Amino acid sequence: MVRRSRTARPERRAVLRATGRSLQDQSLTDKGLAPPERKTDRILLIACGALAREILAVKERNGWDHMDLTCLPAILHVHPERITDAVEDAVTRHRKVYDQIFVVYADCGTGGHLQAACERLGVEMVKGPHCYSFFEGNDAFDARKEDETTAFYLTDFLARQFDAFIWKPMGLDRHPELLEMYFGNYTKVVYQAQIDDPTLTERAREIAERMGLEFERRFTGYGDLETTMSAWAKRPPT
Amino acid sequence: MSEEEDIILSELDDEELVQQMFDDLYDGLKEEIEEGVNILLERKWMPYDILTKALVGGMTIVGADFRDGILFVPEVLLAANAMKGGMHILKPLLAETGAPRVGKMVIGTVKGDIHDIGKNLVSMMMEGAGFEVVDLGINNPVENYLEALENEEPDILGMSALLTTTMPYMKVVIDTMVEQGIRDDYIVLVGGAPLNEEFGKAIGADAYCRDAAVAVETAKDFVGRKHNQLSA
Repeated sequence: MVRRSRTARPERRAVLRATGRSLQDQSLTDKGLAPPERKTDRILLIACGALAREILAVKERNGWDHMDLTCLPAILHVHPERITDAVEDAVTRHRKVYDQIFVVYADCGTGGHLQAACERLGVEMVKGPHCYSFFEGNDAFDARKEDETTAFYLTDFLARQFDAFIWKPMGLDRHPELLEMYFGNYTKVVYQAQIDDPTLTERAREIAERMGLEFERRFTGYGDLETTMSAWAKRPPT
Repeated sequence: MSEEEDIILSELDDEELVQQMFDDLYDGLKEEIEEGVNILLERKWMPYDILTKALVGGMTIVGADFRDGILFVPEVLLAANAMKGGMHILKPLLAETGAPRVGKMVIGTVKGDIHDIGKNLVSMMMEGAGFEVVDLGINNPVENYLEALENEEPDILGMSALLTTTMPYMKVVIDTMVEQGIRDDYIVLVGGAPLNEEFGKAIGADAYCRDAAVAVETAKDFVGRKHNQLSA
């Protein structure tokens, strides 16, 4: 049996308190998360399912009770060309009943299309190329990027969902011989930890081993996600 | 006991063997493809015919089914790996037997980017279509491209990127070519998952190619036009 770390428990409890229900990673990957019923005078965050736990933890620890969350399936990242339409559809659907909507995606491989759609819709999104960047802090990530060209990044979500999100969709469970074709040019796994959880660290280390890459753990916390949400939380209703 | 009978490739006639090689490519069976290529060579097939009729023919089906959402990346990679096995046997023979050359391409993944699956597929399919390909590999600064253009004198420059953060570097390369007055000497094709046609136009490329098959068709089209212009 796997023992859960003590340090991770408060974060888990925060997520449970904020949602009133338990979050299942598999469900966040495939289905996302529906918003609650309350809508008046509230802010809605439309986010990637891969960020649900982190957003709820940040919301809870700052007491931003006027923020609601709905998530699109995290697995959309396997087809980034579908993200923009999915976000646009969600904004259009929810804006009739929410005072303010913010999009908790970075560019995420949409090639600027998501940014353009958000500008057209008049909603803000998180700055940066992807979550690896804003968790570390976009400026810090940018400063490091030339030295980390061959790094493969894992977040807490990816460490938990690696098999469902990467290993199986890439066919590596059935065809391990493809590993070299996919990851032959990488040299290390950088595990960006949002919370201190030795179980997740071990899992990330095991993933690096499976990929035949060096392992580095880097504690990032919530980085620019928290500062961005903080600015949004204080924004007066339009 | 299985009701399926083992297929002995050497016992198939040419037409059946080529059809079987299409199936084997589709299933990513590298050893079978290598065996099929060797059998056709023993039967005195020209290497170029084996390449175009058996291997490229099979990969065209794989490409079409990938585009239609029937096959996915892992299956395409397995098929490509099988084709690579066949190409490895044929490549030295193609040069010896004077196979037709459609044109020449220099290709590479841009600076800061180490992803080469798409680029490798394009290289292989371009070679299959009769292009000579000089592959610069990954993480190429502008100097690498310029040096290769000068030394290799290709018809086409191909650039690939998988990341939103690295794709703008293609513009750095094209802008440098413009500054040096050599931009119009080459056909510039770009590709990679986050790119689109609009981006290709905005950075001054001749075309964006969404997959390897489109890259081959686009390259043939542009090279054909270039040759027509020269002969007019």
